[in-house]
Amino acid sequence: MTSEEKKPGWKSLPMGAAVLEPGSSLQYKTGDWRAFKPVVDKEKCINCLFCWIYCPDAAFIRKEKWVEVNYDYCKGCGICAKECPKEAIKMVEEQK
Amino acid sequence: MTIVGMTGDEAVAYAVKQSKVDIVAAYPITPQTIMVERFSKYVADGEVQTEYVCVESEHSAMSACVGASLTGARVFTATSSQGLALMHEMLYIASGLRCPIVMGVANRALSAPINIHGDHSDMMGSRDSGWMQIYAENAQEAYDWTIMAFKIAEDKNIQLPVSVNLDGFIISHCVEGVDVLEDEGVNQFLQTRKPLFILDPEKPITFGALCFTDYYFEFKRQQVEAMLNVGGVLDKICKEYKGITGRNYNVLETFGMEDAEAAIICLGSTAGTAREVARKLRAQGKKVGVVKLWLYRPFPTEEISAVLKHVKALAVFDRAISFGAPYGALCSDVVSALHTLEENPRIFNVIYGLGGRDIEPSDIEFAFNEALETARTGVVKEETMFLGVRE
Repeated sequence: MTSEEKKPGWKSLPMGAAVLEPGSSLQYKTGDWRAFKPVVDKEKCINCLFCWIYCPDAAFIRKEKWVEVNYDYCKGCGICAKECPKEAIKMVEEQK
Repeated sequence: MTIVGMTGDEAVAYAVKQSKVDIVAAYPITPQTIMVERFSKYVADGEVQTEYVCVESEHSAMSACVGASLTGARVFTATSSQGLALMHEMLYIASGLRCPIVMGVANRALSAPINIHGDHSDMMGSRDSGWMQIYAENAQEAYDWTIMAFKIAEDKNIQLPVSVNLDGFIISHCVEGVDVLEDEGVNQFLQTRKPLFILDPEKPITFGALCFTDYYFEFKRQQVEAMLNVGGVLDKICKEYKGITGRNYNVLETFGMEDAEAAIICLGSTAGTAREVARKLRAQGKKVGVVKLWLYRPFPTEEISAVLKHVKALAVFDRAISFGAPYGALCSDVVSALHTLEENPRIFNVIYGLGGRDIEPSDIEFAFNEALETARTGVVKEETMFLGVRE
């Protein structure tokens, strides 16, 4: 959720925090939790997919020769940078 | 009219039987055990269609009740003391997910030291859990409130769990004549539960999703609103129940309050003793009265303020201690309820009956006389009196 989005008040929310629509977790974009973002150096990336396997949020997108990050959901945990055998992922502080 | 000899626990079990409950998940604990023991017999004898879930603890009992309630089932459980303490975590989940579960609580002291007898420390320890709390004075009230509790809890504007409290042993185990309804009368009064949303594989929805800083507060505000709706709904349901039973219930009951100068306010079985003593004192020309609270949560602030505003002195009886607090829980709430009055009664707190210690008519008379003395002098001698403890 981005802070600019207008959120509903208590009177219009379903009682007891019920989520009435299945699969709605995709709408909950957790990218704004991030303090540091992973930046992939395409030159160094060997497409081993360690990051893709280790990412707890499935926020890596496979490309033919390298990986990209889905910043809508990446929470910035840094596991990918830690696991990358080629040090191709750097954690860069988010600028607000 | 059918009068049946029953203990308070049996009266609750009978009310649950007539309320056509879908699921009971419970773990036995003294002095509640007879509620679920009797009910399990109804199940074994095929007298009810209820699914009885045997669980390994009260934490699991309440967890099973929450899950069952979310499928749209009518759900009952029962507990006491340590059992209630063990389900404490789940109490908040039941109220937060808006599960209209009814729970019989035979009130019992909490350990340590271990004790099985009646006081209110168990339910008072859960007073902020978002559950409605009703206190019965006798087996009849336990029966009546259990039936009404389902209807109150399941009302579309409430959807909150409720505990029906009865003093351990004093009510739970004493046999009294209970005027019971015909099954058909209960059926017509209660009808089947109409849940707002249910867990249904055909139409998947989610209960218990994560709510962070951006949503949690709104759902707590909803619970506050539900509590605010209780007074009006309870009033309507009590009137309807009076129509079929002739018995008059509401948030509180008074005795002698029309002209009382000194009063006692209390919960549960103590009210009967207090009324009897008040009757005797009033025959001697002493202007005393009794306020018995049926509904403790939500706290009926306005009604209490209305019945107590002309009283000069008030003894608030707490059968539990709130350690380190200015008063016991009930007294703190009464003081809060009255603080906006222009002229407050003089108030003192009477802590009594812990661990099931008897409260005798002579104890009540002593408290009334202290209150009358306070009314006369305008001075509270002792803010908190421990009635019946050995020095």
